[in-house]
Parts: sequence; C-alpha cells; structure tokens
Amino acid sequence: MEERKRKVYPYIPNSYEDVQEEMLKEIGVKSFKELLDKIIPRELQYQGSLNLPKSFHSEYELKRFVEGVLSKNKTCEEYICFLGGGIWPHYVPAICDEIASRGEFLTAYAGEPYEDHGRWQALFEYESLMAELLDMDVVSIPIYSWGHAAGTSLRMSSRITGRKEVLVVDTISPERRKIVDNYMEPYIKIRWIKHDAESSQMDVDELKRELSDKVAAVYFENPSYLGLIETQGKEISEMAHEKGALVIVGIDPSSLGILEPPSHYGADIVCGELQPLGNHINFGGSLAGFVATRDDEKFVKEIPYRIFGIAHTTMPEEYGFGDVAFERTSFMVREAPSEAKEFVGTASALWGVVAGVYLSLMGPKGMQELGEGIVKRVNYAIKKLSQISGLKVPRFHSFHFKEFVVDFNSFTLSVEEINRRLLDYGIIGGIDLSKHFPELGNSALYCVTEIHTKEDIDKLYNALSEILGVN
Amino acid sequence: MGIVKLRKNFHQSKWDEPIIFELSTENERGIHVPPVERDIEESSGNLETLIPESIRRKQPPSLPEVAQLRVLRHYIRLSQEVLGVDVNIDIGQGTCTMKYSPKINEVLVRSRKVTEIHPLQPEDTVQGALEIIYNLDHILREISGFSRFVFQPGGGSQALYTMASIVYRYHQVKGNTHKDEIITTLLSHPSDAATAKVKGFKVIDIPPDQETGLPDMDAFREAISERTAGMIICNPEDTEIFNPHIKEMTSIIHEVGGICAYDQANANGLLGIVRSIDLGFDLGFYNLHKTFSSPHGCGGPGLGAVGVIKELESFLPIPVVDYDESGKKYYLNFDLPNTIGKVREFYGSFPVILRAYAWVRVLGEEGLREVAKVSIINNNYVMKKILNEVKGASISFPKTEYRVSQVRYSFKKLADEAGVTVEDVIRRITDFGFHLWTSHHPWIVPEPFTIEPTESYSKDDLDEYVEGLKTITQEAYENPERVKNAPFNSVIHKIQDMSFFEDPEKWAPTWRVYLRKHRNQEVRK
Repeated sequence: MEERKRKVYPYIPNSYEDVQEEMLKEIGVKSFKELLDKIIPRELQYQGSLNLPKSFHSEYELKRFVEGVLSKNKTCEEYICFLGGGIWPHYVPAICDEIASRGEFLTAYAGEPYEDHGRWQALFEYESLMAELLDMDVVSIPIYSWGHAAGTSLRMSSRITGRKEVLVVDTISPERRKIVDNYMEPYIKIRWIKHDAESSQMDVDELKRELSDKVAAVYFENPSYLGLIETQGKEISEMAHEKGALVIVGIDPSSLGILEPPSHYGADIVCGELQPLGNHINFGGSLAGFVATRDDEKFVKEIPYRIFGIAHTTMPEEYGFGDVAFERTSFMVREAPSEAKEFVGTASALWGVVAGVYLSLMGPKGMQELGEGIVKRVNYAIKKLSQISGLKVPRFHSFHFKEFVVDFNSFTLSVEEINRRLLDYGIIGGIDLSKHFPELGNSALYCVTEIHTKEDIDKLYNALSEILGVN
Repeated sequence: MGIVKLRKNFHQSKWDEPIIFELSTENERGIHVPPVERDIEESSGNLETLIPESIRRKQPPSLPEVAQLRVLRHYIRLSQEVLGVDVNIDIGQGTCTMKYSPKINEVLVRSRKVTEIHPLQPEDTVQGALEIIYNLDHILREISGFSRFVFQPGGGSQALYTMASIVYRYHQVKGNTHKDEIITTLLSHPSDAATAKVKGFKVIDIPPDQETGLPDMDAFREAISERTAGMIICNPEDTEIFNPHIKEMTSIIHEVGGICAYDQANANGLLGIVRSIDLGFDLGFYNLHKTFSSPHGCGGPGLGAVGVIKELESFLPIPVVDYDESGKKYYLNFDLPNTIGKVREFYGSFPVILRAYAWVRVLGEEGLREVAKVSIINNNYVMKKILNEVKGASISFPKTEYRVSQVRYSFKKLADEAGVTVEDVIRRITDFGFHLWTSHHPWIVPEPFTIEPTESYSKDDLDEYVEGLKTITQEAYENPERVKNAPFNSVIHKIQDMSFFEDPEKWAPTWRVYLRKHRNQEVRK
C-alpha cells in the first residue's frame, strides 16, 4: 500500500484526503483543481512557490523557537523602566489578565445581543464605569487609540459647529501630533498654540489672539505629554465658549481619582487612552482610545463609533443591550450626504472589557490612592533628582502628574548616551526629547507610576550621579 | 465521521447577572494599590500642596465598591454568556473569518517578554520583537508579492484609511490636484467608501451587475476619468464571486494614472493561490485578526497589515522595521520621505503580530495552501447542502455556481412564503448554540445572511450547522410564531422596544443615564 505523505494539520480538521474527496463529490466536482478553475481563472492563479521559512511540525518546536527569539527582549521588569509617553507601566491586577484570557471574550467577535449578551453587558459596563470616572453621560466603545480618538473629537467639533479650524496646544505627544495632522487633512486646518516657556501650560494670550468665530474647537491635554497639569481649564473653556468654539480635552484616566474630570471645567468632548486601566504595555500593542460627551443628540449623533445601550426585553426585569443610534455609523450609512461621519470597524474592544474590570476592582478609593501614590512618587523623584548639581529638574515650574522633564543641557553627554549607560545600572531611562521638542535641547521625559519604589528612584539618582560625574 | 447531533436541548448559560453598579457595597475593596513609602510621603508632602485646589477632584468618582471574588465571579459569568469561536461552530459570522486561534499562541503572547516591553526602549533591548515584526513583513511579502508591509493600523478599517491616505499623499506629491475621485464597488466593505471620504475624495460606488453579481463593467468604465485618483475594492466581495475582470479593472485605473488598493479582508481562500501583485494592485492589506488567526477579542485588538509596491514604500506610515547588515541588528526606520505620518501610536499591536507569525510558522507554505483549499471546499460544500436542504434559502446571483470561501445567501423566499425574516432566524438559531449574521448595509441582497466556513471546521461541524438552519426553516413554515418570538434558550429574550436605541429621550448609553431616564434615580454619590 502506498504510504500517504500528505500532512494532516491539527488546525484544519478536513485536511485529510478521504473527507476532501467525499465533500468534492457532494459539490459535484472530481477534484479541487477542477473546483478552483471554476472559481478563479487559471491565468490569475499563482503557479510559483512561496519562499517561506520551513514549518514547525510540533507545538513544542514552535514554542521553543519563538521563546528563543523573545528571550532577546529585555523587559521593564528586568530593568527599572522610566518610560511613558503615551503608554505607561502600571500594575495589572491578576483578575484583568484572567478575564482578558477567557476564551469566550477572547474569541468572540460581533455577535448578537442574545448569544453574546455577556459581551454587550461587559462593554456597556465599561462605558458606564468610564462615565463615572469622567462624570460624563456618553462614552464610546473603544477605538484604536487616543490619537485616533483625538482626531475624531476634532472632526466632531467641526461637524457640530460647521467650522473648519481647530486650535491645538503644541505640547501634545509627537505621535498624536502626526496622527491628528493626517486625520484633519484635507478638511480641517490646525493652528498650534504655544505653551508657556516657564510653566509649559497653554499660552492663553496666544489662545486669545487665535480664537475667532472660525474656530471649531480648542484641544488640550490634561496632564500634557510633558507631564504637567493644565490648571487653566476653566479659563480656556470660557474663552473658547465665548467664541462659540467647543472644548476638547485629552486625558490619562489614571489621573482622574485626584484630578477634576474635564467636564467640571467646561469640556464638551473628552478623549483619551485606556491602556493605563489594567492593560499591559505590550510593546505599544494594547492601545485603546475613547470619546466621551454629554447626552445631547447633537453630540451623540456625531460620534462615529459604536455606543452600546441598555433596554428591556419581553421578559419582566430582564436587561438586553443594543446599538444606540446605529444609523450614525458607517456600518449603516454608506456615505453621508455632505461629509462622511468617518468610519468604524474592529479596533480595541477587549481592552475596554479589561478597563471595566480594572475600574470595578479599583473603585473610588483605589483610583484616588492610585493618583495620589503617583503624584507623591513623582514629586519625590523630582526632589531627589534635583539634588544632582547641574541637573535641571523639573524643567517646568508647575504641577506634575506622572511624568516630568529632566534637563541635561549643562552636561556634554547626550540623553542617548546617558540612556545607554543607564542600561548598565539596570535602568531604562526617560524618553529623549531632543528630536520632537528641540527647544528643550538635551532633555528627557521621565515617568514614575505606582510601580516604582523609593529604592528604584534612589537607584536612578545614584546611577545618574555616577554617569554625570557629580555629587 | 463523528456523530452529527443538533443540540435540541441546548440552553445557554443564563446568570441573570446584575449590572456591576448593583453589586456595590460601601467599603468593599477589589484590590489595593502599592502604598506610598514613608520617606516619599514625608518628602513630597500632602496632596493639597501637590495639586492646586482648582483642579483637585472634590467628589470621588461614583465607581462601585466590590470585593475581589465578586468582581471575578461577575466577569466570569458574563464571559459564560458569550459564544466565541472557542465555544460554538462560528461559521454564521460571514465576512469575519472566524477560525481557530491556537492556544499555544496565547501562551506566547502572555510571556513577560511580550507584555512588559515598552515601544520606546532602546532598540538593542527589543531585538526579539523587532525580529518577529521584520520576519512577518517578509512572509507577507511572499504571500502577496508586495515589497513591504507596515503593521501600524489597528484594524481593517484603519488599514483602509491608511491606504486612502497613501493614495491622497501620492497624488499630492505628484501634483495631481485634479485627482479627487475614488472608485469602489457597492459590495465592497462600507469602510472602503467611508475612509476615502475622510480623506476628502468623492466616492463612486459601482453597483453589481444584476445577473452576475460582478461589478458592472459599463458603469465602471463610465466612472473612470482623469479625476480618478484610484480604486479601493474587495475581490472577492462579500458575495465571494471572484472577479475575473479584476486585471482589466486595475489596468484601466493605471491608464489614467490611478492607484489600485486592495481590500484583502476576504483573503482566506486565496492564500498561496492568488497574489495581489499579479492582479495589478499597488497596495493592499491583510487582517491579521481574521485571515492570520489572531482572535477577534469581542471587536479587537485587530490589525490591518498594509503592503505596498516598491514605488509606494516611501509613503508608508512611520516607522518600518529594517535590518542593519553591518551592525547585525534590527532597527526602526523613520526615513520615509513621503510618509503620511502616523495613523496610530507606535508600531502595531505586537501580540497580534506575534500570533500571526506563530500561525504561519506552524503551517508553512503547504499549510497556507491547505487553509485556502479547505476553506474553499468547506464553503462550496455548505452552499450545496443549504441549497439542497434548507427550505426558503437561496444564494445571491445564482448564475455564479461556485464561490471562494463564503457565500451571501438570502431568506427572501422564506420571508415571502412564511413571513419569517432573517432577523427572526438569527434570534432562533441562538436556541441551538449558533450564531448567524446578515450583511453589511445597504442590503443589496434581500433578507441576507452570510456564512463563511473557514478551514477550522470539520464536515461534521458543517453538517450540524446546516441541520440547525434546516430545522428552523422547517419550523418557520409550520409554526412561524415560534421563530418570530425567539429566542427561548439563549441568555435573554427578545428585545422588542427599539425606541431604547433610537429615541434620544429614552436611549441609555450608560447606567447613570438609564437610572435617570428610566428609574428617576442617580448613581450613588
């Protein structure tokens, strides 16, 4: 008997010949080739081979190989990591991982409110928990990232006001800046508003000069990319509203246990990043943005993303869920008559489920303690590092949340070189700002969160002292 | 063959689980935060001095207070009220390529070597991650024929937006200010049109030929002009009729200086069988969360990997991953002179990239072809069975007898004859542990449903699913009210009052709004 050489694949149940023959017979063809030729013209079928690496026969070989490659990575657990800048190291509670890896949540997709009820409820609860954190009534299902959410918020403001110009503070993250730049093109013009050189807060005099009845919105972040708390929110909002412009604030939700939510100082739309709420840093791979606004039809109808709402079923005391105003989305309206309400698709839902789990665990006290713990550690780090003579820290004189700028301009060593040397001390230094904030020269953005201990910060102090040859 | 048994006694988990806010008990705690050490406390001073009064939160957020086990139980129960690929025969969610996401890949992505690396670490410390991104790029180049891939877009729609941005920037750089129209087809995904609109293009939708279901070639030719900036199109579209005119279409677009972008969301049946480059496309994307097995995660994390021909490489979002031969290391290359900038922060969802890479490494070339082959066989087998056995069902554009890896069917006959709509069937099928989906809008095919039996399902699985459809349609003819009032054994019962979603006075997108509008209450303050 001729030996069968064809491989059977564990991932492909029908990869053995007998079943394929039987099914092809049912289909009414003699061979797969015959079927394929009936579907795809022969001349468009690729006849060559693919130069792909040899496959692994067993799961064990794959695991061993991939773990070998991954072992080349050095992690933020093996090193003390002071990087933030849009994705921050926080403690991820074990239950967040447990829920994120539940096969049902992990492998579900776009099911109906019936058989996927749990998915709808979990995401409705995420919206509702975020609504409390933000003190705002409407929160979207997660979208790709803060950057995309900021772009949408700005476009929403343009559609709501009918205006085509937006004012954005120039301290936003360089990554988000590029995203927003591309996202406004070609409809909306961005004017960048300078920050104050001393405090890094928005230059309200410049804002005043730039505000006009052409401006759809003023956008700023709290805290800013450079870690500063914007304390002029109320003043900015009043100025903007006076000219009929909306106020959009981008936030890091880990700050909202101790900072006023932007709705309290006049924000009309709030956006931000969900990663800090129980999602790992994953090499930048667990970003999830959101847009929030008030329960006003005019605003809700301009959100292009999905919004889940609660309803009653035919059974007394039973909740069901569904899409609120689904006809807003590009799923329903192929093309809006004047200007598309953007688009929606698969983005980052699972990270929203996790954010809900995180907020449920933390509760009001947890969020407050988180914020307080971060701010105190940051201020300790600032004080400690400021003892290194020649080091200018903080670079900006105002209130910090979890990041701060360290100014190395009085040293000849570049931030890049300092960071290279810090690795020898088991430390991953802050973000080099010289490229994106050239006016700051040789400076770095350091991030401290609840995971950092006094010992970690003292180690940084000692290492920098030695590298810089001072103290 | 195993036993094919329709689960007539199925009942899904129903926990009647309250909303998380209803579980709150004052002073319960779910988790503690690392305390502030005494030295830090003493040095930093109290919160009042660190945060000015004007911006300090006075009223803590009204989040629930729930102990740890109760939070866990709550979410586990909710998870049990979901049918993912791990639980059901998920072929009824056509266009979504619901396939097995191998568990070994979950083990790999949960490694601390993945979860605890920061995208801004020095390159020397993330060589493993960069190597995997680099290698997956090269694998996708082989499969598609394109010159380079980028992984930044967080889903298929964002990949489409990236492609629209590249087309826009290309013409801007070339000075083609007159090129402001994008051609797509009505049966391509709604985001093909929507994303092009975001970039300011006028979108021309080519309708399908009523007979063949293929894009109407007369309408297509008529739509082409000097204003044509490009074409963004699916092939096959969701009807899964492979377009034999596709090369002609891409040539016509090229003749007027347009760019051809390929929405390859439906690539599962084409792996190793058709290369994008051979059809005349200049750029295209693959959904790593569909075709390449990364799980769908209730709607993400997704990833749309965008590939381009050599001429368009400089337009890609930055950065891309390269290898420095002399230094023997991988690095991030930001030097793309015509770059569109960025569409998302950093370099893409790394866990998704890793899963796709691991999946391809297990299958290899032969295995990828087997994926395509089995998904095509499975699909045509199911189609035959449905047409033969499921009363009231038909296929769209029946003139085309065979399809690639999914089919858009219609229950119009069922609706006409029994008065039971596809929405009714969708609810009723949950009573057997299945899921079924309609189609994107507009519904070109009346009473549509879309079935995509990927390579992950056995003949028995497929037979069981068709048996479900058969049973329900029989019932529809005999006892239509039963189907119309379904479900009975799912998690919840029918939602009848749609004003909860449509009426601004009634809709409740969050719990606080629900309490206010429907119970005249506030969330605990």
